[in-house]
Amino acid sequence: MSSTGRGGETPGQDSGADDASDELFSALLEDSTEDLYENAPCGYLSTLLDGRIARINKTLLGWLAYSRDELVGVRSFSDLLTIGGKLYYETHLSPLLRMQGEVGGLALELKTADGRRLPVLVNSAVKTDSGGQPMLIRTTIFDARDRRAYERELLRSGQEADRERQRLRELVSTLQQSLLPPALPAVPGLDAAAYYHIASADEVGGDFYDLFPLSRDRWGLFLGDVCGKGAHAATITSLIRYTLRTAAAYDADPAAVLGTLNAALHERYLADNRCFCTAIFGLLTPRTSAEGCTVALASGGHPSPLLLRADGTAHYVALPGGPLIGVWDDAEFATATIRLDPGDTLLLFTDGLTEARAPDAAGRGRYGDEALRALAAELAPATADTAVAAISALLHDLGDQVEDDVAVLALGVAT
Amino acid sequence: MVDVRVGGRNNVLITGRDDEQVMMLANGFGCDQNMWRLIAPALAEDFRVVLFDHVGSGHSDMSFWDPERYQALDSYADDILRICHELDLQEVIFVGHSVSAMMGVLAAIREPDRFSKLILVGPSPRYIDDAGYRGGFSAADIDELLDSLDSNYLGWSAAMAPVIMGNPDRPELGEELTNSFCRTDPQAARVFARTTFLSDNRSDLAMVAVPTLILQCSSDVIAPAEVGDYVRDHLPASSLVTLAATGHCPQLSAPEATLAAIRSFALAGGP
Repeated sequence: MSSTGRGGETPGQDSGADDASDELFSALLEDSTEDLYENAPCGYLSTLLDGRIARINKTLLGWLAYSRDELVGVRSFSDLLTIGGKLYYETHLSPLLRMQGEVGGLALELKTADGRRLPVLVNSAVKTDSGGQPMLIRTTIFDARDRRAYERELLRSGQEADRERQRLRELVSTLQQSLLPPALPAVPGLDAAAYYHIASADEVGGDFYDLFPLSRDRWGLFLGDVCGKGAHAATITSLIRYTLRTAAAYDADPAAVLGTLNAALHERYLADNRCFCTAIFGLLTPRTSAEGCTVALASGGHPSPLLLRADGTAHYVALPGGPLIGVWDDAEFATATIRLDPGDTLLLFTDGLTEARAPDAAGRGRYGDEALRALAAELAPATADTAVAAISALLHDLGDQVEDDVAVLALGVAT
Repeated sequence: MVDVRVGGRNNVLITGRDDEQVMMLANGFGCDQNMWRLIAPALAEDFRVVLFDHVGSGHSDMSFWDPERYQALDSYADDILRICHELDLQEVIFVGHSVSAMMGVLAAIREPDRFSKLILVGPSPRYIDDAGYRGGFSAADIDELLDSLDSNYLGWSAAMAPVIMGNPDRPELGEELTNSFCRTDPQAARVFARTTFLSDNRSDLAMVAVPTLILQCSSDVIAPAEVGDYVRDHLPASSLVTLAATGHCPQLSAPEATLAAIRSFALAGGP
C-alpha cells in the first residue's frame, strides 16, 4: 500500500519521499490548466458579442467534427444551432443574456460537420471588462444525449397522459349525458327546469333525474342519488332509470314504483357490491292551470323537496320517510299527495347541494338545509326556470366547495 | 416623472412625462416589457411611455389567456387598441418589436386616427418562404422551434410554473428563478410561437396610412435585410434605417443607435 495523495501518511516512509510526491502532484496540477481547458469533459466556447467564435476547446471540436480553423473567427455560435434552436436563441436566450449577464441549463441541439445533431445543455455568461462593459460570452456545453432521450420520453408520457385524460373526459361527458334526459318534455300547464352540476370531469356522477309521460294526463318524475361514482355508479344509474320507467308503466303509484326498484336493486346489492340509492318518485296529474295540479310522491331515503309557494313562503314538503333503496328486502315505502296551486314550484335536489362545504370562521360547516330553505323563501314566488337558475348560480358561487354532483329538478304551475 | 403601474390584463406600466406625446412600446415573441429596459428610461424623458406585456407572457393576467383567441395576431391588436381606449391614448407613436410590428400594423389599419407614427423594429410580414417571397424559414423550421420550446420548458413548467403562477401576490418567489426575465407560460409560448411564425400579413402592409419607420438590423436571422426591404417597398409611407446591430434585438445589442433612430423619427415634425 502506498500513498497517492498529498498529505497522505504511510508509516515507515521518510519525509524525503513525501516531498517527492508533493512535487509530482504540483507538476500534475500546473501542467493541467491548458490541458483541462482543451480536454475537459465538457465543451468550452468563447464568442465575441456579435456571436463570432473566438475560442473553442478540443473536446467540443471533437464532438462537432470541425477543425479549429473552420470555426474560429469564421463562424458564429448560432451557425452551429439547428434553425429551431437559432430561433429560440435569438428570441429568448440572446435577450436574456444581455439582460442578466448569464443564462443556464438551456437545451439546444448542435449541428456537427458530418450532419449529426448533438443534444447539449448550455450555460453562458458574459465576461465584462474592468469598467463593466461586456467583452465576450463564455459558454460551457455538456453532452445531453442520454438526458434528452429521457426527457423526450417524459414529455411523450406527459402528452400521452394529457390525451388519455381528454379522452376520459369526453367519455365521462358522453356517458353522463346518456344517463340524463336530453330535454324535458312539455307538460301542459306546468313549467319544468332541471340542472346537473358535474363535480369532476374525470368521473361519472351518480345523480339522476327524469320527467316523462305515462299517459295523456299523467307524468312520472324522479330524482335520486346512487352511492359511489364512476363506471359502477353509471351502470346502476342506468338500471335504476329503466326500472323506474318500466315499473311506472305497470303501476304508477310512487310507493309501488320504489318497491319494485328496491327489489331490483336489492338483488344486485346481495350479488355484488352493496349498491343502493336514494330517490324520490312522483306521479304528476296536471289539471287546468286554474286548478293547479296534484303530485303523489314517495321517498326512499332522499332529502325532502322544497315547495316555493305563490304567497312568497317556502318550506320542505313533509313526506312519510322511506328507507334507503336496495339495502333491505322488506323495505316499505309510502305515498303522500300534495297539491300545487298556480304560482307554486316544487324543487327536488340531491344532497350534494346542502352538503357543499361552506366554512364558518372555524373552517367547518356545510351549506345546509336551512340556508337552502332561506334562499327558496327569498326566491318565492318563482317559476321553475328562475328557481333552477338561482340554484345553478349558487353552485357556481360555491365553486369547488361543491364536492359531489348535484341534480336539481323543478316543476312550477303556471299562473 | 412617476411610474404608474396600471397592471390589469396586460400589466400596463406608464412612465415618463404626462404632458408629452404617447409612445407605446410593444415587445415581440420570447420576452416581455423588460426588452425595453435599456432605452425606456431615456425615452421617458421626452415621451409619455406606455409599456405592457402580451397576455400569456411577463406579468400579464393569465386568466385572460385563451388558446383559441390568441391564435390570431388580430387578438393581440385588439388588446393594444383596448389599452389605448381604456387609457384614452391619442396620437400614439407605436413602437413594435418583432411580431409586435405586425400587431401595430393591424391596429393602425383598424384605427388609423389613433396612431400618429409607427416604428417597426425588425418587422417581418411572413416568416415562412412562399412563391416569390423569401421570409427565411420553412414550415419544418417552425416545428423545430416548437421542439426547442418543449425541451426547454420541460423542467421549467412543472417545477417553476406553480411558483410563479400560484403566487401572484408574492412576486419575489419568481425572482429566484435563474431566468427571471422574459418568463412565459409554456403553453402560451407554444401558441404565441405558432401565431407569430405562421402569420402572413403581407397584404396588410399596403393598407397602412400612418407614417412608418422600419428599423432593420444589419445581421438578423429572424428578419433578414431583404424582409425589411419588402416591408419598405409595400408599406406606403415608410422609410428604412439599417442599424449596425447583430441579432434580432437592437434595443439590447445596440441601445444607443436604436434610441437615436427612434427619437429622431418620433420627434421629427410632420411625416
